[in-house]
Amino acid sequence: METLAFILHNLPAIGERTLEHLSIVSVAVGVAIVTGVPLGIAITQSRRTADTVLYLGSIVMTIPSIALFGILIPILSKIGHGIGWLPAVIAAMLYAQLPIVRNTYTAIRNVDPALRSAADGMGMSVSQRLARVEIPIALPVIIAGVRVAVVINIGVTAIAAYIGAGGLGTFISRGISQSDIRQLITGALALGLLAIAADYALLWLQRRLTPKGLAPRAA
Amino acid sequence: MNTAATSARSRSPYWALLAIALAIAWGLYASGLAADILRYRKDIGYLTKQHLTLVAISGSAAIVFGVGIGIWLSRPWMARWAESAIQAVNMLTSIPTLGKLALMMSFLGIGPLPAIVGLWIATLLPIIRNTYEGIRIVPAHLTDAARGMGMAPTTVLLRIELPNALFVILAGVRTAMAVNVGTAPIAFLIGGGGLGELIFTGIDLQQQGMMLAGAIPTALLAVAVDFLFGQAQYWLVPRGVNPLRAT
Amino acid sequence: MIRLEALTKTYATPKGSVTAVDGVNFEVREGEICVLLGPSGCGKTTTLRMINRLVIPTSGKIYLRGRDTDSVDPVELRRGIGYVIQQIGLFPNMSVAENIGVVPRLLGWDAARRRRRAEELLSLLALPPAEFADRYPSELSGGQAQRIGVARALAVDPPVLLMDEPFAALDPVNREAIQDEFLRMQRKLRKTILFVSHDIDEAVKMADRIAIFHSGRLVQFAAPDEMLAKPADAFVASFVGSDRTLKRLRLIRVREVMASAVDARIDANLPAVSPDDDLRRVAALFLEHGVESLTCVDAAGRALGVVTREAVARRLALEDSQ
Repeated sequence: METLAFILHNLPAIGERTLEHLSIVSVAVGVAIVTGVPLGIAITQSRRTADTVLYLGSIVMTIPSIALFGILIPILSKIGHGIGWLPAVIAAMLYAQLPIVRNTYTAIRNVDPALRSAADGMGMSVSQRLARVEIPIALPVIIAGVRVAVVINIGVTAIAAYIGAGGLGTFISRGISQSDIRQLITGALALGLLAIAADYALLWLQRRLTPKGLAPRAA
Repeated sequence: MNTAATSARSRSPYWALLAIALAIAWGLYASGLAADILRYRKDIGYLTKQHLTLVAISGSAAIVFGVGIGIWLSRPWMARWAESAIQAVNMLTSIPTLGKLALMMSFLGIGPLPAIVGLWIATLLPIIRNTYEGIRIVPAHLTDAARGMGMAPTTVLLRIELPNALFVILAGVRTAMAVNVGTAPIAFLIGGGGLGELIFTGIDLQQQGMMLAGAIPTALLAVAVDFLFGQAQYWLVPRGVNPLRAT
Repeated sequence: MIRLEALTKTYATPKGSVTAVDGVNFEVREGEICVLLGPSGCGKTTTLRMINRLVIPTSGKIYLRGRDTDSVDPVELRRGIGYVIQQIGLFPNMSVAENIGVVPRLLGWDAARRRRRAEELLSLLALPPAEFADRYPSELSGGQAQRIGVARALAVDPPVLLMDEPFAALDPVNREAIQDEFLRMQRKLRKTILFVSHDIDEAVKMADRIAIFHSGRLVQFAAPDEMLAKPADAFVASFVGSDRTLKRLRLIRVREVMASAVDARIDANLPAVSPDDDLRRVAALFLEHGVESLTCVDAAGRALGVVTREAVARRLALEDSQ
């Protein structure tokens, strides 16, 4: 088909867009992990704070991504970065927060209290207990949260093509404006494959990092 | 769980949200954007109706088909194919919605129809998954007791399996519908209309007022739909199996 | 009432065919409690579940009141048989009253009648309807849930009850209490009951007759006392336990071996026994206090007679020789 010809002909461009896409997603998720995991751990201290934080986070999730862009652009244009890479990364980071924070919170809270007592009883400090007992046990669930965040972010970044951020969404936006089916299909396929590959890659990581003693987690 | 503590606990997030909403409203007013936004009042009204039509049609079709397919996959005779079917559903779910809409456009062209079909598929998948999972985790001994007491298979489904799975099913519907409302703006790109028109045109023309005129109602709609289905979860699921109403 | 003829169930597995139930024959009389006893995997539960056709027999027949269960629609069949399972299986989405009303509703009873029946059964089981009818299963203790499971099985007053280790999920104290209550109820209701258990003590206490299974085959079918006195083979002997004589003592009441003597001496230092106490308790008291006879009194404390070690021994010997 002509689409196949188009793809083969444009592999370098496809590669470039993919890298653009991945750069936005990885920075966003990276920052989200750095802020989200400690936040998730912190809110295990107080039920009320946890409820508020999680509720606000879920409200953010219900805001459509293009709407969030629409809101960020006026704000960020004050500092000259209204469109392009920065609003895309910030929006993606915001969407990545809730899955990571919520999963971290749930995972740490669900660590059997008996294990915590055992660790304390053995003379571990709080940070040692976190590092040696709670986080390793919680890790698979946290990674599951990262997985969800990454898949969502791939979608958000696709839309970011419309605010000049580049990425694989540009094939789709051009395909629509130029009524070019080849670009449409290329974009759709590339996004689909990227998302599926990322999901499975992180699933593999999740299983790898599950401590051997724990039951295998369902996908 | 005493009710005073419950309501105290559950109210503080709402206060925080209200505070933030007021802050945003004040910010808009102070910066003059509020006046800008209100200029588009008529468009907002018209486009919101369009938007809600898209959501209503694609959403209700998604619920009907999603729950139906989910029930079908959960039947014992489907056991062999169910797991692979769900794997396929999972894979399709991770494909970004923009991609799905793009594919719809390549098959169906431009207009409300491909938009509705695209939204329908995107909303359908999480509902199928949650319905299947929700029914699957109903403890086997309950269906055993039900059959042993002389319930016909359809009755077991309607009186035992579905009520016990309802909370999970509604959770899936709630998420899926919120995603539906949130993704509907993109439908504008392939000719589906809706509030996306204000947002995307606003971005193109660098008109912040126009952008916000589209973005804010969309966000509010999404929150409203989520709240609505949250209420559905609270009221429709029987007390005995409803964590929100546990006494 | 219930007759099993050459009942067999085989399963095809990757490793070849497995016989779960092998040519089982026995008959349960009306109003009788028959306990299906044996270690796990012996085929007792499979046998039970063939009676209400949750499992389809490979061959053989089951007759319920003379009718071949094969000829009846399974769903109809099950509505006429009460079924109680180990995990209790109260439907969490329904209230207690709604749970009890499940089969009545299937049979088309109206709401008022269903409610009345639910309240009636709750009272029968010593659970005040005002308190329990509208509760949900998640709000019940284990013992309460268990009793409601039984109430649910009795809702349409079926002549037959099938019970699959119904009391296994309870702690020992609750289990004793509910077993006693169940026997009291059975004396009033006279249902025909098949009861699966892996616990010899429970079987001895509850059964009119015991069917003991080993690897799918019915090894012995007899009243508890006979099975304890004359186990059919080494397996049964080891299953009932080497303390079977003591177990037998539990089956015999003081009134059966007491020598009447209304002028019997009541010793303030020794405990007195009542006519309904079992001989195992008496034997324990003999040992504890180092005596060979105890006085039996009525509820008011008046002497009724004397029970001696010699009388107990004579009674055991009598059973042995039969």
